[in-house]
Amino acid sequence: MKTYQVHVRVMPRVGLLDPAGQAVEHALASLGFGGASNVHLGKAIALDLEGRDEADARDRARAMCERLLANPVTEDFTIEVTA
Amino acid sequence: MVTVGVVSFPGSNCEAETFRAAERAGAGTVSIWHRDTDLKGADVVILPGGFSYGDYLRTGAIARFSPVMTAVTRHAEAGGAVLGICNGFQILCEAGLLPGALVRNGGLHYLSRPVDVRIERNDTVFTREYHEGQVIRIPVGHGDGRYVAPPEVLDMLQADGLVVLRYHSGVMLDAPANPNEATDDIAAICNPAGNVMGMMPHPERLADPNLDSDVGLGVFHSMVSSLAPAQ
Repeated sequence: MKTYQVHVRVMPRVGLLDPAGQAVEHALASLGFGGASNVHLGKAIALDLEGRDEADARDRARAMCERLLANPVTEDFTIEVTA
Repeated sequence: MVTVGVVSFPGSNCEAETFRAAERAGAGTVSIWHRDTDLKGADVVILPGGFSYGDYLRTGAIARFSPVMTAVTRHAEAGGAVLGICNGFQILCEAGLLPGALVRNGGLHYLSRPVDVRIERNDTVFTREYHEGQVIRIPVGHGDGRYVAPPEVLDMLQADGLVVLRYHSGVMLDAPANPNEATDDIAAICNPAGNVMGMMPHPERLADPNLDSDVGLGVFHSMVSSLAPAQ
């Protein structure tokens, strides 16, 4: 077994109302940061994960996302695996 | 006697009022711990309000994997009555016992206030003591109460009449309609069999005759009158 660094990014499903993202977008605009749009707030989850190889670690991370880390009704996720 | 079981998760905080409301409605009560693997003879299981596991990750996301949820799922699948109130509703959605999800309120604020809800169905175990179309004023207290679901699920809820309570305006104008921007004004839904219901409002918080209203007691009277053995 090798240990991999896994970074999971969970974001609100595109098209779903994201009031937190909108609030940050308005705050940026009111601070004078013009030109910022499509602001969305998600979660970043970092873990060390054992796997036979990178693909195995990625498969296990995906299973974790599907079971617990993301809600399939409201969120999408991406996974980064590095050795 | 009908026995109401109330589950305590780490972070649940509405158990005491829920027990008292059940007792006032004439039920026996039993306390169920999240690590328990049986329901101690409960006829109705209530997942109460609160902040199980600090709402970490998502509301209800961790509580749904508690050992007791295996027994709750078995009870529900066998037709037993299960009621989720607020955090309990969130747990039932995460567990897949009800469809959809509850996400951050549209206005981002935590809401703690009365709202008006309309009884859309009074033929459930939980609402039979109300009239269909009745509007009741009842408290909510939540940060994540906006009900969302994929379009096909919303169509199914509508077609099969699974929406039990809707936020309502028009009768009592000083209460906000749909305070959390829930889809289709949904405040409570049930499963197709009608034995599992989740609701965002807190009926146990208006279940004491010493308060101005004890309209929430109807939920508990409904469970008792529905499930009491025929005399």
